[in-house]
Amino acid sequence: MTDIPMDTMVRPAAHPRRDIGLKARYAAERRFRIYGVVAISVGLAFLAIMLITIVSKGYTAFWQTTVSLPITFDEKVIDPSGKRATDPSVLIKANYPKLAENALVAKLGISPDDKPMIQKLKGFLSEGARVQLRDIVAADPSVIGTTRDVNILAAANLDSAFKGQIDLSVEEARRKVSDQQITWMNKLKAEGAMAEHFNSGLFTYGASSRPETSGMGVAIIGSFYMMVIVLLLALPIGVAASIYLEEFAKKNRFTDLIEVNINNLAAVPSIVFGLLGLAVFINFLGMPRSAAFVGGLVLTLMTLPTIIIATRAALAAVPPSIRSAALGLGASKMQMVFQHILPLAAPGILTGTIIGLARALGETAPLLLIGMVAFVADPPTTPFDPATALPVQIYMWANEAERAFVERMSGAIIILLVFLMAMNITAIVLRRRFERRW
Amino acid sequence: MSSLLVLAIVVAVGLVAFFIGRQRAAAQDNGKVKPHSRAHYHGWWAFLLAVLPALLLLAVWAVGSSVYLDRHIHAALPERTVDSKVASEALDVSLVKSLARGLRKLDAGTLAAMPASFAELQPLLAAKGVALASDTQDYMIPIAVEANKVQDRLSLFGAIVILASSIAGAFYALRQIEPRARARNNVERLMLWGLLAASTIAILTTVGIVLSMLFQTITFFESVSPMSFFFGTVWDPRFAAAGSGGSQGQFGLIPLLAGTLYIAAVALLVAVPVGLMSAVYMAEYATPRVRSVVKPALELLAGIPTIVYGIFAVVTLGPFLRDLSAALTGGSPFIQGQSIFTAGLVMGVMLIPVVSSLSDDIITAVPRAMRDGSLGLGATRSETIKRVILPAALPGIVGAILLTASRAIGETMIVVLAAGVAANLTINPFEAMTTITVKIVNQLTGDLEFNSPQTLVAFALGLTLFTLTLVMNIVALYIVRKYREQYE
Repeated sequence: MTDIPMDTMVRPAAHPRRDIGLKARYAAERRFRIYGVVAISVGLAFLAIMLITIVSKGYTAFWQTTVSLPITFDEKVIDPSGKRATDPSVLIKANYPKLAENALVAKLGISPDDKPMIQKLKGFLSEGARVQLRDIVAADPSVIGTTRDVNILAAANLDSAFKGQIDLSVEEARRKVSDQQITWMNKLKAEGAMAEHFNSGLFTYGASSRPETSGMGVAIIGSFYMMVIVLLLALPIGVAASIYLEEFAKKNRFTDLIEVNINNLAAVPSIVFGLLGLAVFINFLGMPRSAAFVGGLVLTLMTLPTIIIATRAALAAVPPSIRSAALGLGASKMQMVFQHILPLAAPGILTGTIIGLARALGETAPLLLIGMVAFVADPPTTPFDPATALPVQIYMWANEAERAFVERMSGAIIILLVFLMAMNITAIVLRRRFERRW
Repeated sequence: MSSLLVLAIVVAVGLVAFFIGRQRAAAQDNGKVKPHSRAHYHGWWAFLLAVLPALLLLAVWAVGSSVYLDRHIHAALPERTVDSKVASEALDVSLVKSLARGLRKLDAGTLAAMPASFAELQPLLAAKGVALASDTQDYMIPIAVEANKVQDRLSLFGAIVILASSIAGAFYALRQIEPRARARNNVERLMLWGLLAASTIAILTTVGIVLSMLFQTITFFESVSPMSFFFGTVWDPRFAAAGSGGSQGQFGLIPLLAGTLYIAAVALLVAVPVGLMSAVYMAEYATPRVRSVVKPALELLAGIPTIVYGIFAVVTLGPFLRDLSAALTGGSPFIQGQSIFTAGLVMGVMLIPVVSSLSDDIITAVPRAMRDGSLGLGATRSETIKRVILPAALPGIVGAILLTASRAIGETMIVVLAAGVAANLTINPFEAMTTITVKIVNQLTGDLEFNSPQTLVAFALGLTLFTLTLVMNIVALYIVRKYREQYE
């Protein structure tokens, strides 16, 4: 370096800062940031709107209107010819709705001879009264001839009216509840005989053509069976496959093929699994249609890739030092995997399994193809009996026209979402609680 | 003996063998010879030898005896004549089999005094809750009785053979026990085979999917030419009543494919910008606190079942848009209740978390150094994102978009509820159009004759869908994988 005398150095004149468009660039920066906020808000707003509309439509489904009536189990109505001792079918075929009607007529103070008035009572009480009263008599035939207070379900239209969901300003001919029925309803309400109760039937009834007696009992049992089957099959198979691929498999063409397969299966549309179930399980192997067992198998195949991918990630996250330590102490490779690696990877495996199960629980399309869209009134006792599933039940109610079904459908969605939320939160808690950073 | 009982006994034998084996091995360890395997491995080896071959035999026996029984019934049935009352030989056999199953429910007394005519037998069976087809014939009753006897003999004989093999396996294993026997190696070798078998299920599933759909599709193409399927522009399958056969529908794929792609395109138009921008914001701008709240919320959006989205579209959004458009024009609505726009919009929202979580991974995988370099040169954050990070992440993002598109194409419940069932060809996004998945569901729900083209076409559609998504998935996975390797 040559020495340059201080005074010979020419200091450049300070000229004004070059305009590099900072203002515009900062504005662009701000705009960009706003785009991001807007994008996230759009997603969250949609989530909020969806949940709010569903909950506001569905929460009323958890309440059901009933009429408390002193029912006289009149022998003349149940068994007019007095043959019940010899012919048990009399008690099954008896005209039970008449009992409820008589009680209602008496309660409202209508003259029993006023036929036109009684005619107007039609559609006030649920047809479910027949089954309800029959069950009471069948359980205890000595009740005949006595009077007892029974809570009878109100018909779906009256239930809607009672909840204030029917617009009474519409002219009478165009709504499903007549003015007279509204008058009676208000009378009973004032007397305290007509009230809303918690709708336990929503959780126990099977399919029915009448909204007030239809529920998700069959669907809940069907979904439960399927989840058990998925858990019993997909978890062991998925964990075994992941252990092989992650710990034992040599890198060759065959393992590559398996890997590509699993990744691809995770992205195959779910409806394709339904086609597989229909063609292989039902037509080829002759398994029963609409059965929870077949549904469980189809959902197992669908869930397997999810579980395998999660399990492999969990296994891969266990540091190699653990493996070396176990092997160094003389454990065989199998002992190393099952006694050391697997327990350490368990939280991750569990999280993946729960998320896979949650997805299987909400899956509808493949179940439609294996005939789970069925009208099943009686709860299935084994996984081989016809059943439906929660989301399929929602789909079936969505195709019904009556508003009371829409209410039940929204109620069913709330229940499904609560189940899913519980599973997802469990998964998140598990992950937070047990996740280890090595 | 029922196979369930046999299974239970086999497992019980296995458990006994396990405990004896463990006991024996432990007793032999007298401290002189160092045992090769720990005692419970000897037990497990005895268990496996007692159970596995027996299970294999059980499976073979179950299949074999049902085939044998079919043949036996076949042979016992009278020669078919022109005036046979039952439509086909196969139906004959199945009637006898269901009759035989029904007879099992009767008690011994009724069986001894067996009525000779079906008319007398039917009420007896009905009392036990057995409903039989009314075209069961009288001559089937003795055959069914005989078949039951044959089946009893077969299952008794089978049970004896299976149990014998189980006990023999247990004895063989127990005799082998000695301190230097390599029981652990044996057990572990079998375990390894088990693990390998589990991992081939994925391949079997794919093979099952392809084969099942391929066979049905080939049958379908026997009655409808591939040309008219792939290039036909009219979808009109005409649900023919069973056996009428005369009315042949038209099965044109084009309107369905167009609807599928159109709706998927609308969905991507919503999901890609929104999802990508949220991912960018979450990865580059959001503070850890915002991230910890918003990320689970977006995951929640992903966890909602698609049927819920579909119902939201058809119950709330569809009518809302229809009324809105009616209010805008002051008369007739230009948006239909079920439309491409509604279905696409809702599907797009469903896909937002898919796009955002996939691209979040990819954006965070871009090395820190590239970001720092750009910021150090004086670029603003958004400039860094637009000019450095996004171009570097582009291949991965393309892969993510492809994966999302394949989800959109295969999505079923939203379109079943919100897109409509009419196979239109239209470019107006406010009209209804239908998709491949909708038609698969339509063709296969309800009671249908299985071998009619009307149902088989669903498998041809399914195969088309599978191929379409397979190609997209493989390309996408290839791109994503290749890109990941680049920076690792």
